[in-house]
Amino acid sequence: MTENNWDSTQPIVSIKDVYKSFGALEVLKGLSLDVMKGEVICIIGPSGSGKSTLIRCVNGLNDINSGSITVEGQEVHDEKLDKLELRKKVGMVFQQYNLFPHKTALQNVMMAPVLVLKEPRAEVEQRARALIKKVRLEGKEDSYPGELSGGQQQRVAIARSLAMQPDVMLFDEVTAALDPETVKEVLVTIKELAQEGMTCILVTHEMGFARELADHIYFTDRGVIVEHGPPRTFFNDAKDPRTKEFLSQIL
Amino acid sequence: MSDAMIESIREFFRQLAETHPKWNFIYIYDPGVGERVLDGFWMTIQLSVVCVILSVVIGVVGAWLQRSHHVWARLLVQGYVQFFRNTPPLIQLLFFYFALGQFTPTYSPDGWLEQPVISNVGWAIISLSFFAGAFNVEIFRSGIEAVPESTIEASESLGMSHLQTYIYVILPLAFRVSLPALNNNLVNLVKTTTQAIVIAVPELLYQLVSIYNDYSTAQNACMVLMFVVYIGLVGILVLGMNRWERGMQIPGYGA
Repeated sequence: MTENNWDSTQPIVSIKDVYKSFGALEVLKGLSLDVMKGEVICIIGPSGSGKSTLIRCVNGLNDINSGSITVEGQEVHDEKLDKLELRKKVGMVFQQYNLFPHKTALQNVMMAPVLVLKEPRAEVEQRARALIKKVRLEGKEDSYPGELSGGQQQRVAIARSLAMQPDVMLFDEVTAALDPETVKEVLVTIKELAQEGMTCILVTHEMGFARELADHIYFTDRGVIVEHGPPRTFFNDAKDPRTKEFLSQIL
Repeated sequence: MSDAMIESIREFFRQLAETHPKWNFIYIYDPGVGERVLDGFWMTIQLSVVCVILSVVIGVVGAWLQRSHHVWARLLVQGYVQFFRNTPPLIQLLFFYFALGQFTPTYSPDGWLEQPVISNVGWAIISLSFFAGAFNVEIFRSGIEAVPESTIEASESLGMSHLQTYIYVILPLAFRVSLPALNNNLVNLVKTTTQAIVIAVPELLYQLVSIYNDYSTAQNACMVLMFVVYIGLVGILVLGMNRWERGMQIPGYGA
């Protein structure tokens, strides 16, 4: 990314008045939120409320119709912006893991740093092995995704994103496709990351997790932020009737 | 095999031709004729190998261009595929050699005879490669369509460029899906090389036909050899492709 005046006292991710529609369907209707470096943000809300679309806009997988999204002061939806440069700073983990099925766990983690960052193979391998250990998959380095459980695959996917040494991590309903027993192992991994100071933006349905870890919770419905606040106030005295209804259904 | 053994085998077929004139295996006991068969065989192998490689390259590049953002690139590939898929390869060979061949420059190595820059073998390679390549484009395209969009997104979210994503993610996965269909098409290509006879490419069929034109009693023996050679050649290709298919299987992925 080009030099700019961003410093860490300003929001690392800043979303301002973002509108996005798919054809006639308006998904995001003037959403704004700021994320400071090291913060953990949880975005919750009913399906179809635009949560996933929102975080996909942050790393440019979806474009926006109007408004602005900046990462470290750099406008994401600037025509001139090099998307590859942006994606080195922003890691993303998906609901369906999306590992490369023809590569082993280790190769999955090593691929982008070798190809994109052009780092020496030996160095990358060392880092990749350390990351696989960190997500508690030691011994699974040479397993193919098809030989791993959902939870294990998702942890490889987290390691794969971390191998790019991003400044921000996006998690798009990363536990939604997992068995209840394996959800925990993934959440523990994310929790450790958060505690190490990684900036995390999560779209999640894990309310317990959000309550414990989030610095700030945003509740979205029909493309707008209905209510937001730190977990304690958010869960205990929600004001908007829609938030109350949603919370009463899932808690 | 010792020389004596070879000589006795030759003698056997020489006798057979005399007692049964319909079964004149002249290419076994006449070294001159035998050499023509070997030359033809070698030409068929060369033609097959070069066309197989070129047609796969054409398929990969064509499938890549079909994903291009440029409308003209997609139209060009689409037009090419339709043209070569919907016309007989025999006509393509004739068209390339006789129609396009007229417009290619000539050169004169000895100062007397004018020779075209592209020989009949050259035109056969071009024509057959484009013929099989058109099918390969479609085969790879359907393989690429089988790669989930989400896997491609994951690659791009890691900062990989379109080209890197194509080479390291899409192609390896699409290739595995495409292999059975590719297998069929390449078998077809090897068999289609016999049609190069119409522009006098001295491959196996050409040589055998010219042998039984010279020695009419050798007709049956030549026919038999043709089947044997093509069964063997295609058999080896299929065996190789099947091994390759198995070797590329990913543990825990797909069937």
